[in-house]
Amino acid sequence: MSVIFSDTAKAEFDRLLTRYPDKEAVILPSLHLAQREFGFVSDEAIVYIAGLLGVSPAQIEGVATFYTMYNRKPVGKYHVQVCRNIACSLLGAEHLIEHVAGRLGVLPGGTTRDGKFTLSQVECLGSCGTAPVMQINDDYYENLTEASIDAILEKLR
Amino acid sequence: METVLTTHFADDGYRRIDTYRSFGGYDALRKSLSMTPEAIIDEVKKANLRGRGGAGFPAGVKWGFLPKDLSRPRVLVINADEGEPGTFKDRVIMSRGPHLLIEGIAIAAFALRVHISYIYIRGEFVREARILDEAVAEAYAAGFLGKNILGSGFDLDLTVHRGAGAYICGEETSLINSLEGKRGWPRLKPPFPASVGAFGLPTIVNNVETLADVPWIVTNGGEKFAAIGVEKNGGTRLIGVSGAVNRPGVYELPAGTNLKEIIYTHAGGIRDGKALKAVIPGGSSTPVLRPDEIDVSYDIESMAKIGTMAGSGGVIVIPEGTCMVRALSTLMNFYSHESCGQCTPCREGTGWLKKIVGRIEAGKGRAGDVELILDVCDNMMGRTICPLADAAAMPAQSFIWKFREEFDRHIGEQKCPYGNRF
Ligand SMILES: Cc1cc2nc3c(=O)[nH]c(=O)nc-3n(C[C@H](O)[C@H](O)[C@H](O)COP(=O)(O)O)c2cc1C
Ligand code: SF4
Ligand code: FES
Repeated sequence: MSVIFSDTAKAEFDRLLTRYPDKEAVILPSLHLAQREFGFVSDEAIVYIAGLLGVSPAQIEGVATFYTMYNRKPVGKYHVQVCRNIACSLLGAEHLIEHVAGRLGVLPGGTTRDGKFTLSQVECLGSCGTAPVMQINDDYYENLTEASIDAILEKLR
Repeated sequence: METVLTTHFADDGYRRIDTYRSFGGYDALRKSLSMTPEAIIDEVKKANLRGRGGAGFPAGVKWGFLPKDLSRPRVLVINADEGEPGTFKDRVIMSRGPHLLIEGIAIAAFALRVHISYIYIRGEFVREARILDEAVAEAYAAGFLGKNILGSGFDLDLTVHRGAGAYICGEETSLINSLEGKRGWPRLKPPFPASVGAFGLPTIVNNVETLADVPWIVTNGGEKFAAIGVEKNGGTRLIGVSGAVNRPGVYELPAGTNLKEIIYTHAGGIRDGKALKAVIPGGSSTPVLRPDEIDVSYDIESMAKIGTMAGSGGVIVIPEGTCMVRALSTLMNFYSHESCGQCTPCREGTGWLKKIVGRIEAGKGRAGDVELILDVCDNMMGRTICPLADAAAMPAQSFIWKFREEFDRHIGEQKCPYGNRF
């Protein structure tokens, strides 16, 4: 797979460069762009961004691995991230994680065989008032119950 | 009751600039531009506006730390990282009243003679970042951001910058490193950001709610804001109540509202008719309270007097039947996962706390483990670059001080009396 930003992404990248006094500040936004464009942050993507910004790939790599949102490996089409922090746990998150795992037939950290779903447990999503909460790709799903989870997953299947 | 922030939050259109302006939005900015920067800072000082990000530092005083020398540009960074478990209030401001924040930023920037500003928003808040981006574009188009704002000669650029999933980036120096494109490692202070901050420039970091309060202060005067709260702690607070209550959510209440009233009246009391077991009052790092301690004024000073903090305003309610060892174990997992690893007492200490609390919960606790936890905490407190080590140690200590019998019972019986579940 060739890693090269689409025209839209390249335009976004160029606009980003004008927003900071320093090129390095564009590293995080570029990694977000790369993940959106290529699905995950591959070694090739790191080399590509390093080239665009004129810094070493090792520097980009060090940054990319520090942050949990950058996937260094491919994930499923839908990344199901269930919160297991305290407010969610108090309202049954542990049980719901087991439920999702059972439904998808994968353990947390795993991807379904058809590559469609990856299941992760994450820390507080900053939506504790509507616990239990999960995030699938860019979207939040709140006040979860077994039934609502089933309906959500069914829609994506 | 007087509301400062949420008055129009039920109105879906409020996030658009036209509706916002129809309620007098951006009038405070116009007024500010006819004031002197010093006069604005004075109002904020009079308001007793305390930072809403956790530490509660007086905003006006912090603003005064910027150097007098104007030869170098300055930066205003808005902390929208919202990572402290139990805290979910800034998201409400960003999604329901983004212009309130943008107007507050513009006023603060004018007062601080800042021309470059960034909203650092946690990466997971994709939807909120989009809403902010749209609102920022509207504000530019209407002449409230950009060059020569409202013909005043004042320029301000504002950019929404997304984080990427690291709790530590909420700490202000870590946030600055992250904004610069580095790993989010906290910096040693001094130098303080006000002298050497983002891109080496003098920088002020403020929480979203802190800045969103500013337009009201300018419109109504600092004294009126101060009068809503209590002495030394002015205004309202957005208090997020989560856990086992009937009506979880964000409530705007005067600083100094009684904590018991927050839980029982506003949040509707404990779910399923259960009894209350414990309250974590101001985000997951604040020392836990027992039910007999919650008849207290929810303000910075009063909470400090009883050995805890109002912190970021996140009240987590724990019902009877919850295993406190398991609850602590969840928190220790979190802090150990989020330690950036720079300081040995934090890296090792959070790891040990996770391990020891985990084994007690698993029924493998050893005699002396409780003392060991307290000892590890002593070796963490105040010995690190940033306060994350304390943020992990404070709940550990307080859970043991207040629920010691549960830890002893786990160790004595070599099992979790609650069956290793929440
Ligand atoms: C580990 C850690 C995490 C923090 N997370 C946040 C956060 O998510 N949001 C926030 O506004 N402040 C957070 N803070 C506090 C900031 O360092 C800083 O005090 C605050 O943004 C200052 O703004 P204020 O004075 O307006 O409150 C955190 C502090 C620490 C030590
Ligand atoms: S206290 Fe912990 S999180 Fe803070 S700088 Fe040290 S190791 Fe990093
Ligand atoms: S604890 Fe789950 S969203 Fe905060």
